[in-house]
Amino acid sequence: MNWFLLTQLLANGLIVGMLYGVVAMCFVLIYKSTQVVNFAQGEFLVLGAWVCLAMVVKAGLPFYVAFPFTLVFMTIFGILIQTVILRPLIGEPIISIIMVTIALSIIMQSVLNWTFGNSSASFPQIFPVENVSLFGLQVETAYIMSLVLSFFVMALFYAFFQYSKYGLAMRATAYDQQAAQSLGVSVGQVFAMSWAISAVVSGIAGIIIGIVSGVSSSLAVIGIKVFPAVIVGGLDSIVGAIVGGVIIGLLENFAEFVDGQYLQWGNLYTIAPFYVLIIILVIKPYGLFGTRDIERI
Amino acid sequence: MGSTALRPCGDFRTTYKTDQYLFQTKVIGWTAAVALVVMILAPVLMSSYVVNLLILVGISGISALGLNVLVGMTGQISLGHAAFYGFGAFSSAYLANNYGVPVLIAIPLAGVMTAIVGMVFGLPAARIKGLYLAIATLASQFILVDFFSRATWFTNGYGVDASKPDFFGIPLDTDEKYFYVVLAWAVISMITVANLKRSRDGRALVAVRDHYLSAEIMGINLTKYRILAFGISSFFAGVAGALYAHYIEFVSVETFSIALSINFLAMIIIGGLGSVPGAFLGAMFIELLPQLVQIISGFLISVGPSVFGIIENGKSYVEQITVGTVIILFLIFEPEGIAHRIGQIRKSIKLYPFSY
Repeated sequence: MNWFLLTQLLANGLIVGMLYGVVAMCFVLIYKSTQVVNFAQGEFLVLGAWVCLAMVVKAGLPFYVAFPFTLVFMTIFGILIQTVILRPLIGEPIISIIMVTIALSIIMQSVLNWTFGNSSASFPQIFPVENVSLFGLQVETAYIMSLVLSFFVMALFYAFFQYSKYGLAMRATAYDQQAAQSLGVSVGQVFAMSWAISAVVSGIAGIIIGIVSGVSSSLAVIGIKVFPAVIVGGLDSIVGAIVGGVIIGLLENFAEFVDGQYLQWGNLYTIAPFYVLIIILVIKPYGLFGTRDIERI
Repeated sequence: MGSTALRPCGDFRTTYKTDQYLFQTKVIGWTAAVALVVMILAPVLMSSYVVNLLILVGISGISALGLNVLVGMTGQISLGHAAFYGFGAFSSAYLANNYGVPVLIAIPLAGVMTAIVGMVFGLPAARIKGLYLAIATLASQFILVDFFSRATWFTNGYGVDASKPDFFGIPLDTDEKYFYVVLAWAVISMITVANLKRSRDGRALVAVRDHYLSAEIMGINLTKYRILAFGISSFFAGVAGALYAHYIEFVSVETFSIALSINFLAMIIIGGLGSVPGAFLGAMFIELLPQLVQIISGFLISVGPSVFGIIENGKSYVEQITVGTVIILFLIFEPEGIAHRIGQIRKSIKLYPFSY
């Protein structure tokens, strides 16, 4: 048993899992407040990363200027998508809503590949130090930053939903749309806002991953990894999304360890989350923290 | 989905028996007959390019029809249809190559094998529905494709050769001859599904979709019908996959990606959920769209201003963007698909000038 490798992989899993958690949180946010399953979440990441990279490399802006500009761009983009494409589909059956976000992801994928090319590109050096030694493990600075930023985003989410007026309005809408509307909450605004927040946070996650491992269209894979994470955690629980993300991140790396050390099957690491997904759906369909649907006749 | 509110008046049936006719009006019956005759003559009348397109439309249509039983009739969304299609393709090639099963028999056998696999992957449907089920089928797509690339005894790990069938010693080696195999299967599957729709089982499936609680109270075994829908749907997917394998003569693991699953879903949404001719209309639409895009973009590049020059190096992207846009436009403006629109036009002609 190679303990060192295992710890290293699990540390990796934790960091990647936190990022999955952040993206899963965006996914759950949209699902919870607008009942839309966003299959284009991965493309949001790619978009954020490419836009930021283009500003840094093509326009020559420093990173700390390009970053907020990207966030503004993502806000506008999120609102636009919601009002133009998803608003006409409110109240349509679930298949329409799934298909519209899938179509959106197809369009975004081709537009992004067309504009920015298929190859991968990396951010110029942002941190002065490449590696930091932590408890005897070599950890990249970018990983540390991604961990810190993930915590920061989560804390921000918590504060927003707990204390701000808009956060409360969003929670009220998620709980009962009609009641919220009759108390003066603008449901349309809440819908647009949740898409905007989700797009912004996905953009941040995309930039982080872009810094760590380069920007390319393969970032969109995370949009698929989100599904096991949210199913493990429960589709409508923000806490569940984070826990699920971390579990899937750890699981992936553990699968890679087992695969590399004992089984030698190859690729187990990409497919293991989906087996877990099926098992969870069969034995505990609403995940760890999801609300159970109770149906009355 | 099956709403009666938008239908113009014009249901003139007076007995329950007329509700059960396979062809609701004489016009529909004649249209079907003429279409069949045209299709039988197609290899003689049309160029081999058109025949090739028709074969592809027929194969996709059979697969889309299967998906329509699952999604349109039973209301269970599947994002893993391409994996079942692929399973059919590989199992037919496997049977024909390793056990010497004649190809024309291997095709339905592949359908049966795929139906069994489909029912296994449909087992979660016993407990979950709607969105959760959609995600479960997404997982089954990834698991099956992973299996294809892993199971070297079954697929070589990358792909296998498949041979063209022969019919009592006559080799069906040209497109023109193979066309009739596809046509026969298309007709068989259309008749089967159309008849399914008017049998007890078919009505049970629709009842499960429309209101599963009422359906259960009326004595419909939900689990049985949900899994049965997966079985029927995978059977057609398997047959279509097998037809595809023996047409292309090489089955590659990479063909059966999630993008193909999405294409099948797009076909039934554009054609019309729950409609038998709709599946084929949608398949035609999706298969012909790239051709149309190519013609239009070629035209724009040659005639239009030089701005269109950028289309030249991004043709495949333009195709993808068009497919995505068409899906969104259909969902927003015509969620019930082409079949529904044709029905509307037919009714407004019939009732002209008093359509209300």
